[in-house]
Parts: sequence; structure tokens; C-alpha cells
Amino acid sequence: MSFMSFVHDPHTQLARRAFIGQSGLLLSGAAIALMAGRDALAKGHEAGASDARILNTALGAELEAVAAYQVGAESGLLEKSVLDLAVVFQGHHKEHADLLAKTIQTLGGKPVEPKDKYMFPVDTLKTQADVLAFAAMLEKGAVSAYLGAVPVFDNRDLSKAAASILGDEAMHWAVLRHALGQDPVPSAFVA
Amino acid sequence: MEGGCALVWLSATPPALADGDVLRGEGIYTRCLACHALNYNRTGPKHCGLFGRPAGSVPDFVYSEAMKHSDIVWNEESLNQFLTAPLTAVPGTSMGYAGIPDAQERADLIVYLKKANDSAVCTKK
Repeated sequence: MSFMSFVHDPHTQLARRAFIGQSGLLLSGAAIALMAGRDALAKGHEAGASDARILNTALGAELEAVAAYQVGAESGLLEKSVLDLAVVFQGHHKEHADLLAKTIQTLGGKPVEPKDKYMFPVDTLKTQADVLAFAAMLEKGAVSAYLGAVPVFDNRDLSKAAASILGDEAMHWAVLRHALGQDPVPSAFVA
Repeated sequence: MEGGCALVWLSATPPALADGDVLRGEGIYTRCLACHALNYNRTGPKHCGLFGRPAGSVPDFVYSEAMKHSDIVWNEESLNQFLTAPLTAVPGTSMGYAGIPDAQERADLIVYLKKANDSAVCTKK
């Protein structure tokens, strides 16, 4: 039985909760979102459609982030340790994108596809610091975007999943700021 | 949906627009940078050419049906209203963002967008 089918089978809900609790997935954004998508279907089409639309916008941004990290990784400007970090962060964005796409499908929506081509300000990326600053800018924007999305989901479990992703993006942003020699956590709140 | 959208737009009371600060607005604009850029389309449409532009009209950008049929022309007042609560102003918009409830922050952002639209980033051919 796949995880998806396990999550979606209403007859396994008790076992599902036990599985999640025992496997350390209690706070997993993936588990939360997939289950939330299923629950949203039961709430009605309009709520699900609205949530799917919000998730699709987030998916578009995540796919762009994956492409942006690829540009950075292939720039030849990153030293090995920074390159390794960028690849890890890119992997996180891929995981976010996969989760969002699956949840959109669960909600009955059609996930957006990666664009054939993305525009990035590559002419301004001349040094490792330029690449890090560009990535930091995207991550900060992502934090704000998820923060703005958290309150607008009809399904509050999707808000929780979005908050889980927000936390990851905020960690990326802090690490990138630290790598740039900036205060990694410049304030007590994000906006 | 389209009629409902226009109804929501026209029936809402426009919030007052405060005096904005460009520098603060530039900082607030960083919140938009997951999806928007000034001079090229991303997940959201570019902001160069925003003022006076009918909503949903940037070529080569795929808008929601709701935005395409919103009958909005972007100016200080319409931006102020939309940014307050995008999903309320245009139900069905793809901009799944709660909005900027603080009037001063909206004013700062709008005055920055106006300044940026007059900058070389937006005016160079």
C-alpha cells in the first residue's frame, strides 16, 4: 500500500493516525497537506477550488525557486560548501513542489507545470555574494508569501502545512544571510 | 463569478490612502519578491507599467478569469483597495495572499511602486 492510498483510505484513518504518530511524521508538512486535501474535498467544491488556486500559485513560485537554485549551482561562482548548501535548499523546494502538486491533485485541481524558461537577473550575478543575495531575496519573499497564504486557506490543515513550509524557507533565508555576513535573524517577526 | 467579482469591487468602500514613504515602501516590496518583479513576469505579472493599466492585461501572462474580468484599472486608489484584501477585492484571483491591512504600509508600497515605475528599470527601452 502506498502512502497516498494509505492516507486516502477512510477505513484506515485510525491506523493512519497511529502510523503517523509512531513514525515521527506528526509534524510532517507532507502528511498534513495530503490529509488536508482529502478533508477539503469533503467540505465542498468551492472551498477546495479556492485552496487549490492558492496552492497552485505557491507551486509556481516553488518551481521557479528550483530553477533559480539551478542557475546558481551552474553559475560556477559558488565554492564547494556553498554549492552543497544550494543543492540541499533546492532539494527542499523540490519537495515542497512535489507536495503542493499532489495536494492540488487531491483537491481536484491541475498543478501548474514548470515553465520552459524562467527569467532571472543573471547579468547582475557576478560573484558568490550576488548569487547568495539573490537567493536570500527569493527566500525572504517566499516567507512573506506563505505568511500571506496561511490565513486564507479554507482548510486550516493546509494553513498548518503552509506554515511548515514557511519555517523551512525562513531557515534558508537565515542561513543565506549568515553566509553573506549579515545578521541571520534581523528581527523578532517576519512580515 | 465575473458579475459577482465586479459587484464586490464596486460595492466596497475604498479605504483612505495615507501619505507614503518610498524607502519604507521599497522594504515592503521585498514581501512581493517571491512572485513579482518590476520588469519581467514571474508567478505574478511585472509591475513596470502598472499605473493606468487595466487589470489582467499584461501580454504573455496567464491571469485568472476573475482578474481578467475585474474591470479594474490600476491606480493609487484601486491598488489601495486591492492590496487591503486581494481575495475579497477580486474573489478568484490567483494572488492567494491575505493582504496588507496596515494603511500606512499600503501607502508606502504604492508610492514606491510609482517611483519604481519612473525609474530606469521600467523606462529603459
